[in-house]
Parts: sequence; structure tokens; C-alpha cells
Amino acid sequence: MVQKLRKAMTGAECSAEAMRQINPDVVAAYPITPQTPIMHSFSQFVADGAVETEFITVESEHSAMSACVGASAAGARAMTATSSNGLALMWEVVYIASGTRLPIVMNVVNRALSAPINIHCDHSDSMGCRDSGWIQLYSENGEEAYENTLMAVRIAEHPDVLLPVMVCQDGFITSHSVETVEMLDDETVKGFVREHNPVDPLLDVDHPVTYGPLDLFDYYFEHKKQQMVAMDKSAEIIRQVFDEFGSITGKKYDFFEGYMLEDAEKVIVCCNSSAGTIKAAINELREKGEKVGLLKMRVFRPFNNKQVVEKLKHAKAVAVLERAAGFGSHGSMIFNEIRSAFYEEPQKPGMINYVYGLGGREFDPAQAKKIYEDLEVVKNGELGELTRTIGVRD
Amino acid sequence: MSPALKSSKEIPIGGKIIEPGNSINYKTGDWRSFRPIHDAEKCTNCMICWMVCPDSAVKVGGPDCPVKGKKGTSSNPKLGNYGGIDLEHCKGCGVCAEECPFKAITMVEEKEIKE
Repeated sequence: MVQKLRKAMTGAECSAEAMRQINPDVVAAYPITPQTPIMHSFSQFVADGAVETEFITVESEHSAMSACVGASAAGARAMTATSSNGLALMWEVVYIASGTRLPIVMNVVNRALSAPINIHCDHSDSMGCRDSGWIQLYSENGEEAYENTLMAVRIAEHPDVLLPVMVCQDGFITSHSVETVEMLDDETVKGFVREHNPVDPLLDVDHPVTYGPLDLFDYYFEHKKQQMVAMDKSAEIIRQVFDEFGSITGKKYDFFEGYMLEDAEKVIVCCNSSAGTIKAAINELREKGEKVGLLKMRVFRPFNNKQVVEKLKHAKAVAVLERAAGFGSHGSMIFNEIRSAFYEEPQKPGMINYVYGLGGREFDPAQAKKIYEDLEVVKNGELGELTRTIGVRD
Repeated sequence: MSPALKSSKEIPIGGKIIEPGNSINYKTGDWRSFRPIHDAEKCTNCMICWMVCPDSAVKVGGPDCPVKGKKGTSSNPKLGNYGGIDLEHCKGCGVCAEECPFKAITMVEEKEIKE
């Protein structure tokens, strides 16, 4: 019997709660703002005996991910969490986790990268990992962080995938804000995430296996091809897991989720918490009869280019919002993907790119409304400047 | 090079080796630019080269091995004599030549060798 529980929690507590219910074999972590409250809450679960997890307090994020790699290779279900420079310090091992095909799940609480040093939200940390071979899920709020974390385990560990998954939520805006969230009971989650069934675990001494041997020009490329194929295949598995989890929660999950999208002429695309802000702006503008909508990206890797085209092709003007600067690029990360996805399409909306909210700069409904105003010009056929910023003092 | 290369669909994922003891199939001889040349006249079959070789590329020969050293030859099949170099695996590092107390091994550049 599925029980739904309504609680008031921060986003960080939501991730920790998901981890408690998953009860991973090993968690290795190093504190960094704004991730710290996840591990703060989780270490309390460990101290209280609420989980059976081996909790390893390491000396750096590089070691945190290394310990997860070792634990996962040994056959454990391993998890961690980090932010910003912590993820940057993990960098080397982030690629080793995906290249070794270890289904580690990591909560990333998005925070701006140094320098200048800043502890607040932007997506430069996880966007910097876009080509690291990790599946990336983005969360609008704590509830989505909770759900994404649970689903991430099933996606990562699927035998056709075996790739690590990053579950992202906005630093402070989501991680430290209390909202009402709907959660599932422990038994239901236990049944959903299932027992971990490791592939080629090191601790299976009857079947000795070597992890991480030298792989030169004769096979490295084949192993990378396998990763490409697995990442493509993961789209199908993500669809299945979304549907299965949706049948439990009664909700619908998708790679790209629309809000007031069906008849929308002017659409903003974004990910994480700004989706909530934009929805508030849409509600106001809809009352005035404006045909505005939102497309929220839940899955960045693998990128579902077919779906993004399907969902945006009836729009007349689209603004893609990016909470990370792609210095020197022709539009930043999500914009590049979406614009490229439309290359073969005969019917395509005018599309512009905004960098917003860097270093935790407030993104408010007024900015969203300004973007819809700008889109009115684009809608009328005047594309103007392709890559823009909003909320910065020029 | 190694035997027939397999496709990405035929190999374990993640670069794992799930069949232990297969490094013998990984031929590293073509990495070599200098080849160890053995002088049987100087060799005493002390087997220090066999001990120090990082690639286990020095072979052990029996009492009748045709390439064994002329001095200190053992007739005990359990002890063995110098048995030649496994050129499919020798990377040409030169540790054997450096360590040989009798200067019985010299490193010769591959391009100088006419076979």
C-alpha cells in the first residue's frame, strides 16, 4: 500500500531523506556549502542507526569520489554529494566513475565556481560536467530532488546503462528553503529502488576482475564508443523509470516538462528553481491574455533533441535561460543543444539566449516578464542580439 | 600487436578485464626500440636478468637449451639456465643489460638488427 506523506523540508533534507530510504552501502563525502546540509542530515541518520551505510568522512572531494569509485567497483551502492569547487576538485575522478561504468549517484547542489569566490547558486559546476559521461537530472524544488534521487538509482544501475547520475538542485534557493513536499513511505521506496545487483564486483573473489587497466589506442576508443551507446540507450531506460515511478506517485515525469505550453507563442526554457519563478510570471501574464509558456528541462544528459523540437516547434519565439556563462561560445550550453536540434526543422521559432542569475543573483518574475517582452520583438521577426544577459548591471 | 582486435560490442564495458591472467596475450614487443643481445661466452647462467626483468620476458631454458650461457651451466632441470628473451613481450627497457654482473647483455638499436 503506497502511502504519501506531506512534510515541510528543505531541498537538502529532501535529498538526505531520499538517501535514507535508499540506504546505500557506502557514502563518502566532504563538506562544502551549500551541499553540507545533505550530509549533515544524512550523518545524523547514520548516527541514529536509521541506515546501515558505511559513512566515510574523507579529506577532500577528490577522495570522496575516489572512495565512491572504489566502493562501487567492490560491489557497493555508493553515493555522495557536492557543490561548486568540490565538484571541480573531483573532476578527474568524475570521469573515472563514468569511464569505469560505475553507477554512482551524486547530489550536486549547484553553486558558482570561483573566482571570485561565491557560495550562491549558478550552474557552472554541473554544466562544466556536461561531457563527463554522467547522466544529469535537474530539480525545480526539493520534491523533485527527492524524486530524481530515487529514480537516479534505478537509472544508473540498469544493466543497459551502468552510468553515474548527477542530481542537481539550486544552492540555497532550493537546498536551504523549506517547502511542502510529498514523499513516499519507506517500504514503497525500498520496493522501487530494489536490491543492488552489482556487475563484476571486485569482492566476488571467485570471479577475479581487473578495474582500471591501461587501455591504449587499440581499445580505448571502443570503450568510449560503449559509453556513447550506453548514454544514448539510457534515454529509453529513463523513460521506463519515469513511467514506473509515475505510476507510484501518480505524476508524470519527462525529459522536458511544459507549463502552459500547448498554445504558447512565447516560451522560456530553463532548468531548476527559476522554473517556479517563471511559472508565477506566466500566471500573471496569462490573466492578461498573453500566450506565454515554459519548457523546463529535467534531463540534460542524455539530451532529448527530438522531444525538445516536438515541444517547441509550435512556438514563435523562444528564450533559453542559462545560469552559467559559456565564455566565448556562440550561446551557452542548453541554448546550443536546442538551437542545433532545430537545424533540420523547416518550422522553427526565433531563438535567443540569456545568461542570468550568476553567483546567486536574484532572478525574479520581473526579469521573466522582461524576457517575454523581448520575445514579443523576436516573435515579430526581429531576432536582435542572439546571446544576451539579464539582471546584470551593464 | 595483439591477436585479432574485437569490436566495442564484444568486449567488457568500462575497460575491465574479467578473464584473469590474460596479460600474456597483450604483446608489448613492438614498443621496443633497443633489443637485448646476449653473449653466451660471458654468461654464467646466474639468472639475475630473469629476476630483474619487469616484464618476465627472460625465458628459462633446460640443461640442453641451445642459447644458454657457456659458464656455470646447470644440469639440474629444476634450476634451469638462461633460455633467451621473449621478444613478443620485451619492451627493451635495458634493466637486464644494466644489472648483468658479467656484461653479457648489450642493448642494440632495433634498426641496426638485420634478421
